[in-house]
Amino acid sequence: MPNVMSRILFALTIIGLSVSLSGCGYNTIPTLQEQAKARWSDVQNQYQRRADLIPNLVSTVQGYAAQEKNVLTAVVEARAKATQIKVDASDLTDPDKIKAFQDAQAQLTGALGRLLAVSENYPELKSNANFLALQSQLEGTENRISVARRDYIDAVRAFNTALRTFPTIVWAKTAFAGEKPMAEFTATTGAETPPQVKF
Amino acid sequence: MRTQAPILAALVLCLASLAFALDFPPLTGRVVDQANIMTAQSRTDLEAKLKELEDKSGIQLVVATVKSLQGGDVETYANGLFRYWKLGEAKKNNGVLLLIAPAEHKVRIEVGYGLEGTLTDALSSVIISSAIVPRFKTGDFSGGIERGVDGIVGVLSGDTADWQPRVHVRSDDDSSVINDLLVPLFPMLIFFLIWYLMGSATGAGSARAVRQGGRTVFIPYGGSTWGSGWGGGIGRGGFGGGFSGGGGWSGGGGASGSW
Repeated sequence: MPNVMSRILFALTIIGLSVSLSGCGYNTIPTLQEQAKARWSDVQNQYQRRADLIPNLVSTVQGYAAQEKNVLTAVVEARAKATQIKVDASDLTDPDKIKAFQDAQAQLTGALGRLLAVSENYPELKSNANFLALQSQLEGTENRISVARRDYIDAVRAFNTALRTFPTIVWAKTAFAGEKPMAEFTATTGAETPPQVKF
Repeated sequence: MRTQAPILAALVLCLASLAFALDFPPLTGRVVDQANIMTAQSRTDLEAKLKELEDKSGIQLVVATVKSLQGGDVETYANGLFRYWKLGEAKKNNGVLLLIAPAEHKVRIEVGYGLEGTLTDALSSVIISSAIVPRFKTGDFSGGIERGVDGIVGVLSGDTADWQPRVHVRSDDDSSVINDLLVPLFPMLIFFLIWYLMGSATGAGSARAVRQGGRTVFIPYGGSTWGSGWGGGIGRGGFGGGFSGGGGWSGGGGASGSW
């Protein structure tokens, strides 16, 4: 009989624990962390999408404005540098890595902006259908990047707040004591504003 | 310092929510003409056209005109409004928003995540610059919007046969399907576990009281906790039989223009 009682007690304890753990926010920290990681992969995907558009854009511009060599090489070099830097989800707590990634991408944004500004001087290029399509794709991608960045910043903010506020701070100090706050983007000049494109 | 940290974090959150607190109009129908720039005839025609599109393809296309972008750019406002209205089905993200801000002379086609492969940025841009902007320049808002909607519908229904496989379901949806199944099953499993344990104890005289206590106290408790989780998972904010968004999402696809 004590055996039966202890089995019942055990079952009730399990139920009580599982309900109270999820009720007290035990799941909150891992959930928010996974969300932030997923938003980060969105950010990387959108930057990758931009990098994928560039070779096509460069070769189109080259056909009409080959003399703008400096601007074209700057874009190609900035692209090469930016695609080399990848930040794994496990490195998101390292502000230096985020900053290196962000700086490289900001440099590419700047180089692209100059390329599009220069292409204003070539009426034939501006009326090229391929160029127009690439331009709108690039604009769209810049917008997706800023949406993905905003979502990532929000997700990181929610995660970092959970690490420091009640009741989740209890779990942050005990069960998830190893979890560090994630690094947000810092505003850099020129990175927030997409290159201005005028039709 | 230590006690200030949570307060600071909470303050930062409050500030963040303030910063994004744009004032969006309610989703009263498929055409929300807040800026009042369309003719009544054109509004009714469009409502019918947009309803037909949704009935045929499930795609939720909504036209909105707003009085003001409230200081933000058209891209941020359109994305915020799209997500606020949750256009398109949650699993397919097949919503489209045509936003016009006459005060700022801005127009944007915001494309749901699932339709980015069909209604591409380039096509959206062409629709804006060829169908919408020329008419807006002459002040013909109704005509520009109608032609723009025709263009969007044309692109979306032009290849209805092969757009279905292209619709991209985001990977995080997969886990939510499993969760939706597990959540109602879990309390049942526990219920049967207790049932089984209780059943094996019925021979004992003292177990009866525990059994009754167990039934009255624990079963409703477990049921209500998990029950509310289940309800929240599938519940959607509707307008009592009226038109409402289906839970769709946009990652910023589409194109903008100005006149």
